[in-house]
Amino acid sequence: MAGSHHGAPPHPLAARVQALEKLLVEKGVVDPATLDMLIDTYETKVGPRNGAKVVARAWTDPAYRARLLEDATAAIAELGYSGRQGEDMVVVENTPEVHNLVVCTLCSCYPWPVLGLPPVWYKSAPYRSRAVMDPRGVLAEFGLDLAPEVEIRLWDSTAELRYLVLPERPAGTEGMAAEDLEALVTRDSMIGVARALSPADRQASP
Amino acid sequence: MNGGHDLGGMHGLGPIAPEAEEPVFHEAWERRAFALTLAAGFHGRWTLDRARHVRENRHPVDYLSSSYYEIWFKALEALAVESGLVTPAELETGRAAPGPDAPRGHDPATVAAMLKRGFTARADGPEAAPPRFRAGDAVLVRETATPGHTRAPRYCRGKRGVVLVDHGAFVFPDTNAHGLGRKPQHVYSVGFDGTTLWGAGGDPRLSVRIDLWDDYLDPAP
Repeated sequence: MAGSHHGAPPHPLAARVQALEKLLVEKGVVDPATLDMLIDTYETKVGPRNGAKVVARAWTDPAYRARLLEDATAAIAELGYSGRQGEDMVVVENTPEVHNLVVCTLCSCYPWPVLGLPPVWYKSAPYRSRAVMDPRGVLAEFGLDLAPEVEIRLWDSTAELRYLVLPERPAGTEGMAAEDLEALVTRDSMIGVARALSPADRQASP
Repeated sequence: MNGGHDLGGMHGLGPIAPEAEEPVFHEAWERRAFALTLAAGFHGRWTLDRARHVRENRHPVDYLSSSYYEIWFKALEALAVESGLVTPAELETGRAAPGPDAPRGHDPATVAAMLKRGFTARADGPEAAPPRFRAGDAVLVRETATPGHTRAPRYCRGKRGVVLVDHGAFVFPDTNAHGLGRKPQHVYSVGFDGTTLWGAGGDPRLSVRIDLWDDYLDPAP
């Protein structure tokens, strides 16, 4: 993405956005405090750390895992996450035999309450065009080489169901507490383009 | 519509470019465009289906060369005018014209509650059409070339799949986006083999699962 550097020319739409905001505020149609609250919510409060808590809980609590796979919306709400763009959730579980991957070929559908707003690559034409046709190639591009015998289940979220991948629990994490496991659960592992980090990966990353 | 947004199976769009430590928003105007879109949408003057249609209903060159928030913002201007939230003159001049009927913006606490509650499109009540399929049924996706909104992607039309899950009834986007009614009906997760979708070169260990409304499907012979 270009244009965020200091001194760069303003984006052509920036003035139009400012003008529409001023107009809607002047008309009373939007409350400026609400705009600030919305930005703060999705910039600082709702994001993939929520999903990581769901995954870590499922890894450490078999009864919760069963509820999550049976009725994901209710199980996720148990942890306090619900609402817009996560009204009807489905959780799909990775195993040694099956790898799940999520895309929205038609727009950018994504489970906001557990992952926040989608990254640019998820909304981009290259990912949306190729994930359904060449998922193994896409995964390799993300550095994830799947064994050829592993089945890929590719979920195209064309309707109002929102999908979260439950990644495999990494080896060498036996006995770790849920709070420590959360740090191994990346956003990408819950979309399906990566595995969860191993404890060694985690130590190596900044 | 067969628009520039319907990307599944297109070639030549280049490598995927993940960004390390990506910020939620890249520029200040993206923050404001995002928040304005949500805050204005809370008035209920347009549905999410309508918003999706307005975003996708543009020249493919425009769609493919615009960033996501550019598309969101251009659609917001169009939605605000078509719904009467602002007049074309107001948008042009940037000055509010006197008028009695502008709805009052919601305060932060009200919006926080709306976000938490969400806006489910699920509609399992008596208005929902009974399901025509159940898990295990073989189906064909209907061919269509509607210029209106649809959530049946091009790459699965005419293809044979198997119903895997009945998710219950949801509002039908094809009518709802155009003010033609909610027409709730069942949505199924339908599984397609990689080779069914992409021919002999398709991945034989790939199952593509697409969420499809009842009206998109026919029984497979």
